[in-house]
Amino acid sequence: MKVTIEGMEFGYSNEAVVLNDIDLDIAGAQLVSIVGPNGVGKSTLIHCINKILSPTKGTVMIDGRDVSEISIKEMSKISGYVPYTANNSFPLSVVDTVLMGRHPHSNWKTTDHDLDVVYDTLRMLDIEHLALRSFNELSAGQHQRVMLARGLVQEPKILLLDEPTANLDIRHQMNVTRILRNLAHEKGILVIIISHDLNIAATYSDNVIMMHEGRVFKVGSPMEVFTEENLRTVYNVDSEITVKNGRPRIVLLDDLYVDDDDPCPEGSYVSSGR
Amino acid sequence: MNTVKRTEDIDFKQNYKREITKKVSFVVCSLVVLVVLAVLSCAIGTGYGFFETYQIILDHIMGVVPANKAEWWADHYVWENVLPSVVAAIIAGAGLALGGSVMQSMMGNPLADPYTTGISSGACFGAVASITLGLSFSSLGGEMGIVAMAFVGALVPALMMILLSKYINTSPSTLILIGTAISYFFNAMVTYVMVIADADALQDAFIWQIGAVSDLHWSDIPLMLCVVAIGSVLIMVVSNKLNLMMMGDNSAKTMGLDVENFRMLCLILISILVASIISFTGIIGFVGLIAPHITRFIIGGDNKFVVPAGMLMGAIILCLADLASRCLLDYGNVPIGVVMSFIGAPVFLYLVTRSKSDKEVF
Repeated sequence: MKVTIEGMEFGYSNEAVVLNDIDLDIAGAQLVSIVGPNGVGKSTLIHCINKILSPTKGTVMIDGRDVSEISIKEMSKISGYVPYTANNSFPLSVVDTVLMGRHPHSNWKTTDHDLDVVYDTLRMLDIEHLALRSFNELSAGQHQRVMLARGLVQEPKILLLDEPTANLDIRHQMNVTRILRNLAHEKGILVIIISHDLNIAATYSDNVIMMHEGRVFKVGSPMEVFTEENLRTVYNVDSEITVKNGRPRIVLLDDLYVDDDDPCPEGSYVSSGR
Repeated sequence: MNTVKRTEDIDFKQNYKREITKKVSFVVCSLVVLVVLAVLSCAIGTGYGFFETYQIILDHIMGVVPANKAEWWADHYVWENVLPSVVAAIIAGAGLALGGSVMQSMMGNPLADPYTTGISSGACFGAVASITLGLSFSSLGGEMGIVAMAFVGALVPALMMILLSKYINTSPSTLILIGTAISYFFNAMVTYVMVIADADALQDAFIWQIGAVSDLHWSDIPLMLCVVAIGSVLIMVVSNKLNLMMMGDNSAKTMGLDVENFRMLCLILISILVASIISFTGIIGFVGLIAPHITRFIIGGDNKFVVPAGMLMGAIILCLADLASRCLLDYGNVPIGVVMSFIGAPVFLYLVTRSKSDKEVF
């Protein structure tokens, strides 16, 4: 699978241009993280790749085919998308929600194979016990894993995820990202995630795309992208990078505000009664 | 490990299939309840017993010739006076509930109902204009003229929306806002026409708006029945796609559904469906809103089951309303539309407040 983006530009109007001169070549079975500050156009970039939005200029190609010429139905077999939030005002069980992901492959009737795929995926994500629960009764983190399951059962060749770990506890953040990386390597698919947790991105990504002011600022391995200088330019924060197992560890510094001598305001405390 | 997994796997499938069986049983039970209710409704209206009425209807269907005068009268009374309105209530209830289920899923909005596009106001204007101004198609006089005008009027908002859709984005909120604007426009016209109408025409026009099935005849049934039957089959075929729509446009698109075209097709279908019902019955509110919700409350939101079960629920609700207006009140003077909202609203409120707080909407 190869995604080629050439001279792409996207704007909601002439004044509000979100993305500028995007040139990207992403190929192979790997986990790619897109990082960058809020509002930099990460989600917009993903939406341009999976045809939710059409670029105002330039082209997006998948395996040499222009995305704008691929039908919505065919696109759903090529690329899967896991949104940041799921809103559903109607009661639907977790199984039924995940089964929607089988739509590109199945007809009206749910087959045993569909159920097998769904069950295996729920198991992999540690949520098989929620199968018959109502989606709306779950926590944000559980929602996120259900949506992830829905994207996985779609069995796409490219999987795009908008902050798949935003609502997860640290164990599940690691777990889910590891699953995504293994999936990419074992099933030979291209997984692209948007991430705000730089350490998670640094630990698991094969490559990182760092964005800044609507453009691609840096691409490369985590070691190449996560440097103190890059983080200062893009996020305007100071950091200290150490290396562990050949991967960068980012420690954020805030010398300006946090001071050992700075006392806790008088009268404020937390106690647990023990 | 492998065997462990397999048994769990089987458990999972069995549990899932058990849920499906539950939903199917609910559909079957609803059907039985509906049939019983329909016969009961005929029985109460006529003063014959339940089984007697059942026999009368069965005899008529089987072609048994009435043996004496009393039987002939019974047959005539049940078959010609009561049954048409019961059947009309069933068809209208089913059709409006179908429209409601589709609208709600397609708009991803629990407040949507079959009239969201302003279709009722259009129909109302058509009918009122026909009654008060005598506007009609030249070949169709009287009652059929009103029906035809209501039908055409109902389709005007839908057409406007479909024409506008080329120039605007067709997100649910935009469509709902446009529908609201169209409603206000037609309501204003209705008000104007009624203000300048004379007293008799005013009463006719007012009564038309409320919605009634008591004055319908067999000749009114076939069109409604055909449209609802065809509509329900078409919607059943795409019910899995309606599920995708519930999760929002972007989600649906990435799972392979051409959202804009699908929504427009559904709108056209619902417009024809609802127009063909309300041009005969007048505007019957509420059933299209609550029938799908009550159904989801019981069997969950999967549209493969909500569509058929919701239709039966709508039919049951309207049949009950018809029954109530028949036995509790002065039949004919208090139309089904009033009974529907008068009794339906408190019952629905009760259900909403009784449901668990973590289920925002059923």
